[in-house]
Amino acid sequence: MNGLSLHRKIEENTGLLIFGILIVSAIGGLVQLLPVLTQESLETATSNTRPYSAAELTGRDIYIREGCSVCHSQQVRPLIAELERYGPYSRAGEFVYDRPFLWGSKRTGPDLHRLGGKYSDEWHRIHLLDPRAVVAESIMPAYPWLDRRSASDTGNITAKFTALRTLGHPYTDEDIAGAEAALEGLTEMDALIAYLQVLGTGFSEEAEQEAGAAP
Amino acid sequence: MTDAVTQCYHDKVTLRLVQFSVIWAILAMAAGVYLSAELVWPTIDFGQFWLSFGRLRPLHTNGIVFGFGVSALMATAFYSVQRTSHVPLFAPKLAWFSCYAWQLIVLLGGLSLLAGWNSAKEYAELEWPFDIAITIVWVCFAIVFFGTIATRKIKPIYISNWFYGALIIVIAMLHIVNNLAIPVSFTKSYSLYAGAQDAVVQWWYGHNAVGFLLTGGFLGMIYYFLPKHAERPIWSYRLSVVAFWAFVYTYIWAGPHHLHYNSIPEWVQSLGMAMSVILLAPSWATMVNGIMTVSSAWEKLRTDPALKFIVLSLAFYGLATFEGPMMSIRAVNVVSHFTDWTIGHVHSGALGWNAMVTYGTFYFMIPRLVDRELYSVRLANIHFWLALAGTMLYIMSMWAAGVSQGLLWLSVDQIGELSFDFKDIMASMTPYYLLRLVAGLIFLAGTILMAYNLFMTVKGREPARVVPPAVDPAYGVGA
Repeated sequence: MNGLSLHRKIEENTGLLIFGILIVSAIGGLVQLLPVLTQESLETATSNTRPYSAAELTGRDIYIREGCSVCHSQQVRPLIAELERYGPYSRAGEFVYDRPFLWGSKRTGPDLHRLGGKYSDEWHRIHLLDPRAVVAESIMPAYPWLDRRSASDTGNITAKFTALRTLGHPYTDEDIAGAEAALEGLTEMDALIAYLQVLGTGFSEEAEQEAGAAP
Repeated sequence: MTDAVTQCYHDKVTLRLVQFSVIWAILAMAAGVYLSAELVWPTIDFGQFWLSFGRLRPLHTNGIVFGFGVSALMATAFYSVQRTSHVPLFAPKLAWFSCYAWQLIVLLGGLSLLAGWNSAKEYAELEWPFDIAITIVWVCFAIVFFGTIATRKIKPIYISNWFYGALIIVIAMLHIVNNLAIPVSFTKSYSLYAGAQDAVVQWWYGHNAVGFLLTGGFLGMIYYFLPKHAERPIWSYRLSVVAFWAFVYTYIWAGPHHLHYNSIPEWVQSLGMAMSVILLAPSWATMVNGIMTVSSAWEKLRTDPALKFIVLSLAFYGLATFEGPMMSIRAVNVVSHFTDWTIGHVHSGALGWNAMVTYGTFYFMIPRLVDRELYSVRLANIHFWLALAGTMLYIMSMWAAGVSQGLLWLSVDQIGELSFDFKDIMASMTPYYLLRLVAGLIFLAGTILMAYNLFMTVKGREPARVVPPAVDPAYGVGA
């Protein structure tokens, strides 16, 4: 039986064709995904990485809602120019509480992974309300509505914490009980800035050395 | 004995799907044009959240892929599966349900993206209620399609149906695995995967949504409409068998080239790169098969705008499937990643390949559906040149933008200091973004011309009644 007459069996049988496509297309995914999904080092947080606070998580969800990741990556590659421009390259262990990941695929604007602590809260506030007030060349949209909306209205933070705890994020009962109170009085702008300020602070060489892990 | 009414092909649903497809094409391309204008004049969102770049951009991509693309794929799948199986659609009511339910998903899904319900996974931005709805409609589509094949009167399953079949099966697998999440509310969920693992799953999905929807599905179009149109059998049957299975096997491995130098294991990147380069072979095998099929019918290109679109689409398919493997090589990717080169590459596929082959198919199919000559061949010819000019200008402006971004970002002087400020590089992109805006407008204008041309062709007509022809006993099921 040569190859073509074998193939004849498949192309004359709907079930065989479906089965064949399913098997043949699944192989590559299985080989790549299974080892990655079971690799512990990809699930191990760097020593400074902790679950997001109520304000930071809310800010992150606003970042997602506004589609910031469409134009900003969060992934510093291990290349000289990127280390110079942004800071230490990104480590997998910094993203273990990121659901979904927000590495992005396009830098219309700069990478934001090492943004935390680079600018003041006030700079971010002005920048988000009127980007061109602080960066003349900027083509970023303005986000005037962030200042007008309360962070508590962005979503049920208790439900969010509970869902993330189900997925293994180490929130305590106190964290969950105090989540709503932590958002009181904050605007969406405050929450987003809280998130931007924590970006990339999960890694430092000193902390990794102290923890005894290879940097 | 079945009566003549049930024996007749169900073409009304095809026509309706084509109409929706054209409407989504115009709307989603208009959104794209607006987005490109926002990159030149950032204040034209007028402080409106629903015009904001970050919300409008997923609407553009989803509108093109799921509105324009999937509607066109459903239309052509329904049209060709009946004609290659010599039976009317299996479960025609389910076909109608798939048609309208899908349009509802695209419409409401689009609005939900503007409202900010966004799962932030590229090409899978829609939130979990839509993901479930998509799964249900997709299963209905599968039942209609495979049901028609299962009840066919002709023994072999024709090549185009293998590709449509691969589209349906693999997209279902990718969609379900990638969108697994825990819902928090009706509008928000958290991915089952986190960080680096989520990235690998997402690009396994993202790359193969391109692979099996925008490539596999549209190759189904090619394999039916190109031979039909050229009135030649496919050049090499053997090559199409080999190319099909090589395509189905290889494509799925290529996703990690979207994550070069990112925080994922290096072996995954290297494996993804190697398989991406290998992918050139099945891609070009199909292109060669297509081009050779028309090779004895070149004279038809002079008079037939539909065939021109289809042949040109194959050329762009060849270009994009060469560019893709090249960009997946780590040393090239280090320059192209995160730049507008990626955007250019996507559009050489989406405009040059997907849109062109769809346009050619529509120009071929619509006059036959309503049994009337195309309203204006001249307009279709003008559309052809607008589409070609728009695509070329788009790709070239994004090549220029992307390559200069990539090189300037990486540029350091002798002592290792950065040569250029990020914002200066960004500001230097404006001329390219303007050119791209013009390119988009030209392409959109052509699409609107086609919509008018097809509208005038269909105007006042119902799809003609077509009865399946007799089956050659040599190929019949009972033979």
